[in-house]
This record gives sequence, C-alpha cells and structure tokens, in this order.
Amino acid sequence: MAEAAPPRRPRPLSPFLFPPTGTYRWQMTSSMSILHRASGVALGVGTLLFTWWLLALLGEPSDFEAVQDFIGSPIGLILMVGWTWALFFHLGNGIRHLVWDTGHALTLPNVYRGGWTVIIFSIVLTAATWVAAFSF
Amino acid sequence: MASQSDKRLVGPLGRARGLGSAKQGLNHWWAQRVSSVALVPLTLWFVVSAVHFHGADQATVHDWLRRPASAVMMSLLIVATFYHLALGVQVVIEDYVHREGVKLTSLLLAKGLIVLLAAAALFTVLRVAVGG
Repeated sequence: MAEAAPPRRPRPLSPFLFPPTGTYRWQMTSSMSILHRASGVALGVGTLLFTWWLLALLGEPSDFEAVQDFIGSPIGLILMVGWTWALFFHLGNGIRHLVWDTGHALTLPNVYRGGWTVIIFSIVLTAATWVAAFSF
Repeated sequence: MASQSDKRLVGPLGRARGLGSAKQGLNHWWAQRVSSVALVPLTLWFVVSAVHFHGADQATVHDWLRRPASAVMMSLLIVATFYHLALGVQVVIEDYVHREGVKLTSLLLAKGLIVLLAAAALFTVLRVAVGG
C-alpha cells in the first residue's frame, strides 16, 4: 500500500469513429449495413405519402390531384426517385441478408460480391422503373 | 467438453427454452424474416402497378383498386409493410435510445403512429373495394 501504483496502461478506445476522424477505415460492407438501416427508415417515412395517396382515393378528385401534383413537383420527384432507390436497395440487400441467414455466401469475397451486386441491382432497377414510368 | 458446458451462463432449462435474457427468443427475428419474404413479391407487384398507373387520375386508380385481386394484394402489402416497419423501427429505437423512459415513449409513439397509418390505409382499401 505504501508503494505508488504503477502508471496505468491507456485504456483501449472504441474504433467506432468514421472519417473525417479517420480512425476507422471506410469499408463497403459497413456502408451497406448503414445504408440498409437508413433506407429502411426512409421507406418508413415514405409510408406517410403512400397512406396519403390511398386516402386521397376517398376524397374529391382534386384531393387526388393534390397528391399527384406533389409527386410531380421537383421536390416530389427527387423524393420519389430516392424512395425508389431505397426500396430496391433495401429489397436487394434484404435478400442478401436472407441468403446469409441460410448460412451461405459468408466468405469475404462473397460478401463483397453480393454487396456490389446489390448496388448495381438497385441503380439499374431504379433507372428502369423511371424509364418505364415515363414511357408507358 | 464437460468443463466447457460448466462455464455456460445459461442453465439447462434456460437453454432448452431458448428464450434468452429478453424472454422473446427468436420471435422478433423470425417475424422480421417472414414479413421480408412476403414483401418481396408484394413490393414488386406494387412497383409494377405504380409504374402502370403513373399519372392516372382518381377514377382510374379507384376502379383498379376495386378489383378483388388488387384489393387483396394491396391489403396484404399494407399489413406486411407496416408489420415489418414496426419491427424494424423497434430495433432502431432500442439501439440508439438508452434512457428507459425516453425509449418506452419513443417506442409507443412510433408504434402508435404505424398502427394508425396501417389502419387508415387498410380502411381505405376496404372502403374502395366494398363501398360504392
């Protein structure tokens, strides 16, 4: 008890610090995980528009046009394209998660391969959806 | 082998029940998977329909939703979507909100809003499909 305590080793710090602090290296896999949650929350917000759109079916034709006008406005279109992408991303990455749940594709190369497949899938289907929406 | 099992923090009965410390077992996790599988065809159906009716007026969409196939699919989409959303939002809140009172309030508000939206959406489909 008389002796002074030896100097303490610095306690380990959590590496959970993303750039710009730069402690934790950027990885596609962690970004996919964050985007999965973010896209899910965004789609949850989107259910407000979905429900408004449905409810407008019970109102006057002008009520329905108000929803259409919002969707067709510049802000509405940006939101709609964003939600379309969020939907296809969450759908694709959700299937990626379901595959993992069966115990498959859990090697590092397959995790990355699946990740890039989902990114390409989400972008291609978002583009295809909007090309189709304005073509038919 | 014996020494390994002796170190377990779960007793034999707890292990057999498989419910864990939250007493929920796999229920939440499994419900999220089941609803996600259901949402694969349902959301694809919805996107194709939304593209088809892009810019359509109220009467056109109303007539489409009156059809039994559309009303059934839309009802299933609503139930699966809001169920899946409630499960997902719960996890997000539980991950980030740690003060018990705030957490409980957030969970109740979020789930209450989700149930309200689900009921409104479902009511609309029934009204369109069954009503005049």
